[in-house]
Amino acid sequence: MIAQLTTSERRQSAIILLVLGMAGLAMAALGRSDPLGVHGLLVILFSVGLSYFVLSSFYEPEPETDRLGLYYDDPIKVGIVLSMAWAVFGMFIGVWVAAQLAWPDLAFDAAWSSFGRLRPAHTTGVIFGFGGNALIATSFHVVQRTSRARLAGQVSPWFVLLGFNLFCVLAVTGYFMGLTQSKEYAEPEWYADLWLVIVWITYFVLYLRTLARRKEPHIYVANWYYMAFIVVVAILHIVNNVAVPVSLGHAKSYSVWAGVQDAMVQWWYGHNAVAFFLTAGFLAMLYYYLPIRAGRPIFSYRLSILSFWGITFFYMWAGSHHLHYTALPHWVQNLGMTFSVMLLVPSWASAGNALLTLNGAWHKVRDDATLRFITVAVLFYGLSTFEGSFLAIRPVNSLSHYTDWTVGHVHAGALGWVALITFGSFYTLVPTLWKRERMYSAGLVEVHFWLALAGTLVYVFAMWNSGIIQGLMWRTYTDDGTLAYSFIDSLLAMYPYYIARAFGGLLFLLGAIVACYNIWMTVRHVPLSASRRADIPITGLPAGAATPAE
Amino acid sequence: MPELFHRKLERTAIGFTLAIIAAASVGGIVEIAPLFTIDETVEEAPDLRLYTPLELAGRNIYVREGCYACHSQMIRTLRDEVERYGPYSLAVESKYDHPMLWGSKRTGPDLARVGGKYSDFWHVAHLTNPRDVVPESNMPAYRFLARATLDTSDLGVHLEAQRAVGVPYTDEMVENASRDAFGQATPDTEPASGVVERYGEATQVSAFDGVTTRVTEMDALVAYLQVLGRLTGAAFENTAASEETPDPQQ
Repeated sequence: MIAQLTTSERRQSAIILLVLGMAGLAMAALGRSDPLGVHGLLVILFSVGLSYFVLSSFYEPEPETDRLGLYYDDPIKVGIVLSMAWAVFGMFIGVWVAAQLAWPDLAFDAAWSSFGRLRPAHTTGVIFGFGGNALIATSFHVVQRTSRARLAGQVSPWFVLLGFNLFCVLAVTGYFMGLTQSKEYAEPEWYADLWLVIVWITYFVLYLRTLARRKEPHIYVANWYYMAFIVVVAILHIVNNVAVPVSLGHAKSYSVWAGVQDAMVQWWYGHNAVAFFLTAGFLAMLYYYLPIRAGRPIFSYRLSILSFWGITFFYMWAGSHHLHYTALPHWVQNLGMTFSVMLLVPSWASAGNALLTLNGAWHKVRDDATLRFITVAVLFYGLSTFEGSFLAIRPVNSLSHYTDWTVGHVHAGALGWVALITFGSFYTLVPTLWKRERMYSAGLVEVHFWLALAGTLVYVFAMWNSGIIQGLMWRTYTDDGTLAYSFIDSLLAMYPYYIARAFGGLLFLLGAIVACYNIWMTVRHVPLSASRRADIPITGLPAGAATPAE
Repeated sequence: MPELFHRKLERTAIGFTLAIIAAASVGGIVEIAPLFTIDETVEEAPDLRLYTPLELAGRNIYVREGCYACHSQMIRTLRDEVERYGPYSLAVESKYDHPMLWGSKRTGPDLARVGGKYSDFWHVAHLTNPRDVVPESNMPAYRFLARATLDTSDLGVHLEAQRAVGVPYTDEMVENASRDAFGQATPDTEPASGVVERYGEATQVSAFDGVTTRVTEMDALVAYLQVLGRLTGAAFENTAASEETPDPQQ
């Protein structure tokens, strides 16, 4: 990896790590009587560890001069490995917290392992750790191949990838110590947020510069979605996280937003984290890996345009449906509901476009578990976007809100759509990237597929049942006009479903572990492929040898 | 024609990025900006009091432990919620909540009006082991709170930060923050009368965890739970009737 960098780039990396280490030292010094100090030490450790890596190969031979004529794939490989590691970690925590709801003593009477601290570790681990790394890795792959140009930086891809993982580590270790802003999906404290801004701007600049180097006149649709993901997540993150630290020596901060305005900002952020992190980015994967795997072009260019701009425009209005019947003014609730329902049009346009792309390739869906991952992901995308629009309708929301139905809905999207499309993309990408003939075991991909599907279905059915029962019990009246059930009655009814849910999650986790093994064995034991045609940017080809883009 | 326009647009990376920013900005601007300018968004409540330093410390523990992941603090305008939990929540009640803790999930019940509903003793027993008082509960036990001494030394800095984001703490409140935190948990002392003087007669002074010799995190959290819904009486006055719960069979 370091061998790919020139001496001046190695020096540049070392300087960045030095500056980071100094920042860690400052945090450790200023926050010596606060958890901030622990994070300072962690930053120093991170910097020292990577510095050792850079400096130990500092004097190795420089890379070949023609490296710029090749695609830059090392950061993608590391990104995939990190993504899978976070998947196992995040899903393990998920199974653990799910089990705690059925057996509360599984917190083992420690502060760090209680439900409230583990729950954000689960959400951050899977959304940002697993999903975020998968997005960064695949975006680096897709932007290079569809632009037929190498990434525009040599050090910056590493900065983006590893910097993002430092953010994730600060976030998760922070929760264990009790550091949180309490804003859902935006829990990390002010210094981690600032660091993410730096990383994210670098990511944006790198992506834009790579697009500017493209050898294709048009920007491919997958890149529209990656761009929307990068730009809008930056806006959301900055606005939602504006806060005043108690002092420079405190990890704790107070949000500048309060009360009803804070609720609106938070759910504008929260819902669009779903839209632009968990939807736009993964639609980008869909638009590249589905046609590649199916061997069919995207069905309709016009539908792609319609759904892209529909999603980009409508989603940003939908957040207030999280606040139906609350102290948020009625007009905002109604706007949120209206736009949420309208969102079904671009969402189903995307899903329909993907399914119609498969026309003529359905026999492959039957035989190829990888393509089946992608196909079932599209079905779950269609299902959960329909469910989302439905739950956003005020009277429906009066039943579903605050219940497990919401949790079931989120997981239909997160497991069924986000995770399945990621696994399908990885199984397509891994042999290509490491230039292997195939995955180590097609049978294990098949096993993973059925574990993942069974796990998702068990999970989602359990939560649909528990959520609807809960919602109905809370509003049931006796003939005398009094409430029929106490709160604890409704909790008692949940236990069987909480056990079923933990079991479904366990199946899904087992599938991810199988995937890790399969990817590892592919890299280590599958022979190199002679038949993989030259996968290099246009500038790297001898004159006249240009082949059509993948 | 629109398709031709798009074919041009997708040939320029910067133009395309600007178009994304433009399309994505509208929703947020239209829905968020007016919440700061329309006066009716947040009701008037002249009797609204601020969190005492001890209650603020308790609120920070509530945040730290992620209580909001299972407990909402937002009673909706629905009949069954009002009958179960009390008058529906008003925007003014969380006017000084940085950030708000309305929550999104009720694995446990809503806490917006839990203040005064149970005794301090009940809360301490419940937090120590929820299943001692509610056998069916699946809430984690928080035994360590009673063992952990509350760090009151930097509460003045916390109040200053709160003031920086718009909570009207006075200089006197900031100066006496640590003393007030101690006073609220030690009844019949001089610091105790200081808290009541600064934060109002309704302030609950109590040996929350039953021990007056030191202030623990348990004291702070119980003090916070006991003030929930009691910072103002606005929700109990002149509000519209709650809505009938939507019933598909009607």
